[in-house]
Amino acid sequence: MAELVTLTDHGLYCPQADLYIDPWKGVKRAIITHGHSDHARYGSTYYLCHHHSIPILKTRLGDIAVQGLDYGETIISNGVTISLHPAGHVVGSAQVRLEYKGEVWVISGDYKTQADGISQAFEPVTCHTFITESTFGLPFFHWQPQWVVMRQIQQWWERNRSDGISSILFAYSLGKAQRILANLDTSVGPIIVHGATHAMNEACRQAGINLPPTYRVSELPDASLSKGALVIAPSSAAGNSWLRRFEPYRTAVASGWMAMRGARRWQAADRGFILSDHADWHGLNQAIQATGAKRILVTHGYADLFSRWLIEQGLNASVLKTQFTGEQVNEPETEITET
Amino acid sequence: MKAFAALFEALDQTNKTQEKINILAEYLLHASDEDRLWTIALFTGRKPTRIANTTQLRNWAACAAGLPNWLVEATWHTVGDLGETLAGILPEPDVTTIPLNSLAATIQQIFQIHALNSEEAKAAAVITMWKQLSKTERFLFNKLIAGSLRIGVSQGLLIKAISQAFQLPENIIAHRLMGNWDPRTTTFQQLILHPQASDQLSKPYPFFLAYSLEDISQIQSNLSEWVAEHKWDGIRAQLIVRNNQLFVWTRGEELVTDRYPEFHPLLSQIPSGTVIDGEILAWRNNKPLPFQFLQKRMGRKTPSKKLIEEIPVVLMAYDLLEHQGLDIRNEPLIHRKKILEKLVYNCNVNTLKLSEIFFAHSWESLLQERERSAEKGSEGLMLKHCDSVYGTGRKKNGWWKWKVDPLTIDAVMIYAQSGHGRRAGLFTDYTFAVWDDQRKLVPIAKAYSGLSDDEILQLDRWIKQHTLEKFGPVRSVEPLQVFELAFEGIQTSTRHKSGIALRFPRIARWRTDKKAEDANTLADLKALISIV
Repeated sequence: MAELVTLTDHGLYCPQADLYIDPWKGVKRAIITHGHSDHARYGSTYYLCHHHSIPILKTRLGDIAVQGLDYGETIISNGVTISLHPAGHVVGSAQVRLEYKGEVWVISGDYKTQADGISQAFEPVTCHTFITESTFGLPFFHWQPQWVVMRQIQQWWERNRSDGISSILFAYSLGKAQRILANLDTSVGPIIVHGATHAMNEACRQAGINLPPTYRVSELPDASLSKGALVIAPSSAAGNSWLRRFEPYRTAVASGWMAMRGARRWQAADRGFILSDHADWHGLNQAIQATGAKRILVTHGYADLFSRWLIEQGLNASVLKTQFTGEQVNEPETEITET
Repeated sequence: MKAFAALFEALDQTNKTQEKINILAEYLLHASDEDRLWTIALFTGRKPTRIANTTQLRNWAACAAGLPNWLVEATWHTVGDLGETLAGILPEPDVTTIPLNSLAATIQQIFQIHALNSEEAKAAAVITMWKQLSKTERFLFNKLIAGSLRIGVSQGLLIKAISQAFQLPENIIAHRLMGNWDPRTTTFQQLILHPQASDQLSKPYPFFLAYSLEDISQIQSNLSEWVAEHKWDGIRAQLIVRNNQLFVWTRGEELVTDRYPEFHPLLSQIPSGTVIDGEILAWRNNKPLPFQFLQKRMGRKTPSKKLIEEIPVVLMAYDLLEHQGLDIRNEPLIHRKKILEKLVYNCNVNTLKLSEIFFAHSWESLLQERERSAEKGSEGLMLKHCDSVYGTGRKKNGWWKWKVDPLTIDAVMIYAQSGHGRRAGLFTDYTFAVWDDQRKLVPIAKAYSGLSDDEILQLDRWIKQHTLEKFGPVRSVEPLQVFELAFEGIQTSTRHKSGIALRFPRIARWRTDKKAEDANTLADLKALISIV
């Protein structure tokens, strides 16, 4: 019997339902797990995603034909039952559950098991075959509770502010930027966002997510407000003349990769906050166990090592070579630049 | 250990030199004398003692964390730093145990573990320590028992911090930190605050270093105020005669007196209270031998008679730092050179040579002299202002090095390996190949420096997408990318498959304009051997 999901040169494909999940080339029908650029690509005719992802996809991909689903809502396509389930990765992120004649596959996209207070928390979905990422699939990666990291960021900002210095925080525009906004005490001072961050914030606000007020540089009622402000920008803004207006400033990067001193020094930022929207080592292992799946397909990240580890744990695991990239030390270039 | 870990974290959280100095000065001011001494010792590259080798540590940590050895090893290859890897994979520390507060006490503990006689006992003791320490403390502890602690504090920064904390001039501290002092046999008082004359007997002066002259416009004063001398390619060293004892120190602050018996007769020829700065060179027929010959001498603590005959060494004297027991580093260069000249002239031992100086009449004459570098066996010229003092550290003032342009060749990248330290997690160590006469690629050099951060990121992405095979941390990649490699010398080698070895190979440029087939051939490289 043919597999329910196969890998083609266009991406993950379900032949029975004739649809792709996060295809990397244009197809007729695409289910999108979430709005990051390695998962949501341009060129498909019809898109299906969680309804919170719709404004994000429209912001990134333009005026596309897209249908939204709720978590747990099902649709049926040529006998295949399709539903989306919270992945806890970013606003609107979803795992895709496919069921055909009693066989269940879950394509998890990117996920984290820690609740972040802004995207709906990850829910394990029982299945036979689970496709998992492995971005941080090494036993070196252990995230601290979110409040610990948020307190570090808060203290960093407040200390800089009392020194009369602005705080530039480099974070992914979709995901980490909103997570930080939603969890900081924003009464400390004004928050300024880069255009790329602003675009994603607006998309999330359209999706009905509550975010504290932020300014773009052009909207500042008074230029002196930027002194001691928190500035959230994608890492591509580092070294850019756009930053010069905030001088004097200190810089920080929020990324899971900041757990590695080498990566931290590479960034040449003053601080590294270890904050990721991906599962850490325990998170990956717990999530896999909770699905009850006997067969695990491991994609982007430390796929070779992580699948060998899973095999030693008695699971039928193998590597699936996709073109997803997961969290990178530097966010891929966004279209929006500011000068 | 807590305060030291906090110091480490604070230093690690800023890139600003002045902030680092303030943090370190503040710590030193409040630490106990024992902790001050050990902190300075660690920051100047001294270590307590090695308890275990890296394999043992990996196995112990794997056992303590309940992970298979292969996974710990693979994680290490990714993270790039063993101490950091092990600190990261171990379970959370046991909060009920009492932490060790002082750095010196932790180091005492390390000596006690070192004295245990069975591997099992050592393993148990190390695992117990791990359980008591926070993640940062654990990382530092791992660095103390295996490997070295490099935490972005340069000697210069340390000197500034000590100076700020204890209100002492920087050049005095720089001098007090020189030499082979041992934190177990000295105290902070003796080393920094109140050194005794006997402690100073063997101490070399901090070496004065120069930057490369990139453009002749960097020399702003009149050229006639400058002198030139050849930049010899050996080991920079200071020869010290004090109190009828002779010491030879290298720039790496290694005491090498016993390695070079050729210099011992100088004791009777040079008056006490003399320090000469020069270059140790392997020397025959009035000419230096290539650096590779000297390398054979460097490794031998006590060279055999045969080796001394085969590869004799000399000291090429550049400068005089101490004369009749007085520090003359602040006298004008030309004055120091004059005394030096007399001293060498009066010396009847031919292992001391004087580095000849040229007055810089014109750039043309200097260029002509520099052209003769290969023939003379030097790396190029040094340009020094007649009135320059002998400073400390590397300064853009008074001295410049003006090296001959390096040799270059175009080669194809065939392997990549992830780097360590700052470059961890990125593919930054590359192996390059050229075409042999069967048009097969044969590896000729490994190189890592020379690319910009942006280029490294770009190449890292390319490597990940064009990997052919993985062998542990090494990947073979599609042979498509061409790089211009610069190097300082080339010689035949029986140890390398290619039959040649390059000296100081580095990436000069990423030749995106060239295709793999445009790269040089082994025959091209071999032809260079006869020229150089």
